[in-house]
Amino acid sequence: MIPIILQVLRTGIVTEPTPQAREEWRTRSAQIQSEIVRLLGRALVIRHVDAGSCNGCELEIHALNNPYYNIEGLGIRFAASPRHADMLLVTGPVSRNMERALRIAYEAMPDPKLVVAVGDCGRDGGVFGESYATCGGVSKVIPVDVVVPGCPPPPLDILRGILTAIAS
Amino acid sequence: MALSGLNLDARALAGAAPVSLARVNRSQWTLAARVAREGAGRVVALWGSDNRDRNAGFSVYVAYAVRSGLVVLELQLPADAPAYPSIAEVFPGALRMQRALRDLLGIAADGAGDHRPWLRHGAWRADEFPLRRDFDAHARREGAPDGYPFVQVEGDGVHEIAVGPIHAGIIEPGHFRFSVVGEKVLRLEAHMGYTHKGIDRLFGEFEIATGHRLAGRVSGDSTVAFAWAYAQAVESLLGVEPPARAASIRTLMLERERIANHLGDLGALGNDAALGFALSQFMRLKEDWLRMSDKAFGHRFMMDRVVPGGVETDLRDDMREPLARQADSIEREVRRFQDIFDEHSGLQDRFITAGRVTPELAKSLGLAGLAGRASGQAFDLRCDFPCAPYDKLGVRKVVHTNGDVAARVRVRFDELYEALRLVREILTALPAGASRITLPQAAPGAMGFGWVEGWRGEVLVAVEAGEANRIRRCHAHDPSWQAWPVIEHAVIGNIVPDFPLINKSFNLSYSGEDC
Repeated sequence: MIPIILQVLRTGIVTEPTPQAREEWRTRSAQIQSEIVRLLGRALVIRHVDAGSCNGCELEIHALNNPYYNIEGLGIRFAASPRHADMLLVTGPVSRNMERALRIAYEAMPDPKLVVAVGDCGRDGGVFGESYATCGGVSKVIPVDVVVPGCPPPPLDILRGILTAIAS
Repeated sequence: MALSGLNLDARALAGAAPVSLARVNRSQWTLAARVAREGAGRVVALWGSDNRDRNAGFSVYVAYAVRSGLVVLELQLPADAPAYPSIAEVFPGALRMQRALRDLLGIAADGAGDHRPWLRHGAWRADEFPLRRDFDAHARREGAPDGYPFVQVEGDGVHEIAVGPIHAGIIEPGHFRFSVVGEKVLRLEAHMGYTHKGIDRLFGEFEIATGHRLAGRVSGDSTVAFAWAYAQAVESLLGVEPPARAASIRTLMLERERIANHLGDLGALGNDAALGFALSQFMRLKEDWLRMSDKAFGHRFMMDRVVPGGVETDLRDDMREPLARQADSIEREVRRFQDIFDEHSGLQDRFITAGRVTPELAKSLGLAGLAGRASGQAFDLRCDFPCAPYDKLGVRKVVHTNGDVAARVRVRFDELYEALRLVREILTALPAGASRITLPQAAPGAMGFGWVEGWRGEVLVAVEAGEANRIRRCHAHDPSWQAWPVIEHAVIGNIVPDFPLINKSFNLSYSGEDC
């Protein structure tokens, strides 16, 4: 136990400042967002769905939980069930084999709900485009509020995208 | 050579990987599997190609790793009766590859016991095949997912737990069907293919000079390994060699990728055994590490940095010292964390004996890579067939034999220290000169192979050149193909709550397998 406590003290608090929202990433009007902010204040629950990504975006979403970004410190946490979520964070070009599962997850969420598409694949299919196997972006399947570009987008950009979606 | 006695007319290919290629007939195809098995060989990959446009029917390829290197066999099949003898009875690990090949190319494995679809979930019809050249790859088909006939387990008190494709955490999608009694797992059957993106077909739309971009997105956590294997394959078919400086920078990036993944996995494994401290500490180190990669190479995961003919970005001289210094500081911290792991009885209680894969089981299922080395399978391409500069670095092979979660943790710690040593060593002896060469024209029909030990295991990329410097056919193989079936065995007799821990200790790729 003592080595753990010493290490925690040695590390201190490494959390960095929160980034600003990016209005140009918003793809839909901010009406639902203000509703969410009114209802939830600064607490936000996210359900992540990998809709066929290469796993690169997942690595960067994981990083949001590291002490530098400390996303839980902002009142944002990830849930296991879409029924508990305010926001769907979707990666990947939406493979045809994940299309139905993504739709079911979206429909299972209570209203009002937000969707953030992460990465170039989530935006328009990225390098995979649209084919017999991919739908070519999240908005081809469910309504999207904010798109975060990048391959993969760095954690700070993903956080920025999440904050853009909830900024009123 | 372990495939002697077959009268193979094998042709050795140029390039960094020791590969020979031979065309075989049906009886040689079948016999080769037995000879490879008896010679302690293993199946690295199995794939196929539509050559009807050249009046050559279809071809099925298998790559065996044997003592002398990689032997790739090609069996030509008539266009009107495309079937080949199954090798899954000799190498069970090949079964899913055969099923996927049936889904994608419509060539069947005679004598295989399992003909269920693998990658096809209903997004295209059962009588059309995406890798056939007359398949319209851009047309969307309105198919609904088929039901998948899982093997049923019956008995008093047996029930099923269905998990996925969407899992509870931030992870890739796949379906796991557990048959359990109480908490004990009787059987696990996985159903994958959810992230199938048609990558093999899509390669045909790329030029040889740009295919590394797609290869680097087969599995995002192994982008350097795949891009390097792709580059190796292209350099092999063109008969060119990357400059010595480029080889060293590639090695530096591949070892950095290994370290980044090991740091992340060790944190996640601690967390899965309820030591949240490990997650935050290791993720902090990983973040430091990725930020340094961004600074030195311009991308946190070093995507698109390995290119055919060399590397995209040269390493600035003033980055050498900070890179070496960081390797020292990370090692100091990781050693401290390893002490904490070793002394933590709660953690060890979860790790030891969980998800055990005996060396015998690993051998029979053809497990290689990191998980294989935790179960006594002493294969590491960096040691067995070292290309430059590994031949001069003298990589120490890490092998443990307990085959449990604890052993896979141990392999990660040991390989992390060794990779940090390699990073430092490369930085002290980085060759001068160019970091990239100009590529010559590719001869249509020329084939090349790349074979690289990524952090998870051996990555194989096969490339065939088409007209006008385009890719005619490219197949990218992730080691997760061989390892996923092993997990199904590893969990038998364990309790359901230990599955996430066991699964994480392998940390296999879904995208790499489904691609």
